[in-house]
Amino acid sequence: MKLLKLVYRNLVGNGLKTWLNVFVLSLSFVLIIFMQALLQGWDRQAMRDTVKWEIADGQYWSSKYDPFDPFMLDSAATPFPQQLNNDFETGQIEPVLILSGTIYPSGRSMSVMMKGIRPEQKLLELPTHLLKNDDDSTDIPAIIGTGMSHQSGLKENDVVTLRWRDVNGTFEAQDIRIVGVFKTFVPAVDIGQIWLPLETLQHMTLNPDKATILIKSKEVAQASIEGWNFKDVNELTKTLKETLRSKMIGQSIFYIIFLLLALLAIFDTQTLAIFNRQREIGTLVALGMTKKEVMSLFTLEGTLNAVLAVILGAIYGVPLFIYYAVNGIPMPSSSGDFGLAIADKIYPAFPPKLIIGTIVFIILITALVSYLPARKIAKMKSTDAIRGKIQ
Amino acid sequence: MKKTIFLLSLFFYGIALHGQNYPSGNSLLDKIDANMSSKTVIMTASMQVNSARATRTMTLKMWGEGDKKTFTEYLSPAREKGTKMLKLENQLWLYSPSTDRTIQISGHMLRQSVMGSDLSYEDMMNDTPMKEQYNATVTGEETIDDRKCWLVEMTAKVSDINYYSQKLWVDQERFIPLKMQQFAKSGKQLKETTLLDIKQIQGRWYPMKMIYKDMLKDGKGTEFKISEISFNQTIPANIFNKSNLK
Repeated sequence: MKLLKLVYRNLVGNGLKTWLNVFVLSLSFVLIIFMQALLQGWDRQAMRDTVKWEIADGQYWSSKYDPFDPFMLDSAATPFPQQLNNDFETGQIEPVLILSGTIYPSGRSMSVMMKGIRPEQKLLELPTHLLKNDDDSTDIPAIIGTGMSHQSGLKENDVVTLRWRDVNGTFEAQDIRIVGVFKTFVPAVDIGQIWLPLETLQHMTLNPDKATILIKSKEVAQASIEGWNFKDVNELTKTLKETLRSKMIGQSIFYIIFLLLALLAIFDTQTLAIFNRQREIGTLVALGMTKKEVMSLFTLEGTLNAVLAVILGAIYGVPLFIYYAVNGIPMPSSSGDFGLAIADKIYPAFPPKLIIGTIVFIILITALVSYLPARKIAKMKSTDAIRGKIQ
Repeated sequence: MKKTIFLLSLFFYGIALHGQNYPSGNSLLDKIDANMSSKTVIMTASMQVNSARATRTMTLKMWGEGDKKTFTEYLSPAREKGTKMLKLENQLWLYSPSTDRTIQISGHMLRQSVMGSDLSYEDMMNDTPMKEQYNATVTGEETIDDRKCWLVEMTAKVSDINYYSQKLWVDQERFIPLKMQQFAKSGKQLKETTLLDIKQIQGRWYPMKMIYKDMLKDGKGTEFKISEISFNQTIPANIFNKSNLK
């Protein structure tokens, strides 16, 4: 306790130098937590939206389906498996037929992915109810996302020619009407895609009762189906997680640099202190303190910088964190073009694990940085130290 | 009433009589084939691709034997120079000098555009005689560029075909189509080919200029202009060899 009091008195006695170190360290501390929280918030939002808009509780993929091979997309349509008929009737399995086509907005050609889905489906957030053709229009109803709308220049009620090939390779073309433009943060259901009624697409392409993927609800147990491979949520979000992880690594470079600068300041202060306070070290040893105790004193002095930084960081950081956690951080409108699920506002997430982990990490690393220069004390000759002789 | 029925009968009889004067669709297709097909063909041509943003012109030399073998070498511009294409039966290989690699174009890749033009590899490779793919009927007469033409309407009789129906305007004297239109099953027009500058070469009529146009998009289409052409010359067998690609 006496040691702690002494440490505190020495630190406060150092005046502005101490508070400068503490402030810089608190900045890096707040920055680390904030950046991590931002990425965790993004991660949560992206995962939640991806599940709600694209994945549900997993998907069965036709064994011929390879999302990275657009040339083979048209060959991947597979007959709907009989064993899932009951789940299909109750809306627990939703087949999606994916085929390639071309639209011609404003006289230019644009490759698209045509996706057929039942208008009455409830598994995904897509507003597919708009695909129910209630009027007498002969145009095929279609819905697109805001990203696709931006790409193609198509708006609600616009009519555009869609060209595709049927199962025999024969060209077919017809006008489609955009009956709805939905806002989603999941580019995988938006960019370059046109959603059509499943039966219409099956009829258009001569692929009756065929699908490319089957979306599963939580109510249905996973089963082994011949010709179909099941992909669970973890597998389907693997790429997204990897992308976010790589972004996290990229971001961490910035705050590692910032943290290093703060730690360098502490290291520098410690080295200078040991150099300048040799008489004090000698006196303390003469008064009966062991060299180990003096080393602890100096290490504690350095470490206390981090403790004060935590307190200072909390004073201005907590209100800042609360503000952004409640109001979110607006993202630029074009951020969805990166191909990642980015909402127009990201709400940083501050789980206790993150805050406690960061505090412990910074305190430990500050202790280490403070200990390294203090090791010199063990090599000092007490008599030379008390005389102030440079060692 | 009797008068109306009489007039209608006369009208339909007239149409029937008139229809009988039309040549059969198949005989017209035979005559077109006689003009357009040869044992061998060697040509130098330019292909001008007019996209919405820019115009690119490529020159090429092509050797063909029957309708199964074709070898094409691009001569210019520098970017495409040395690119070679070999078609044997229903297989197509493409050699690109920039990568020094030969790739086989197959499956759905055949649906891609050739050098950014309005033609797909599939369009280029289609060598099945039209008579085998379509039922052709002459439905009328029209004049194009002061030339009297038969209007031939063709509907697919096989399922694995690119275009469900086509319309041809065939010159009544030279038996060469002056215009061709391709349609989807829905009746929407997809493409149009205009054949111009018809010349008599080695006793046959042949179009020296063709304009291919994708009717669903803006732009002037792709212009194919033949500068030199000769028929039925002997072509060394090694021209159609895969080793000739590199």
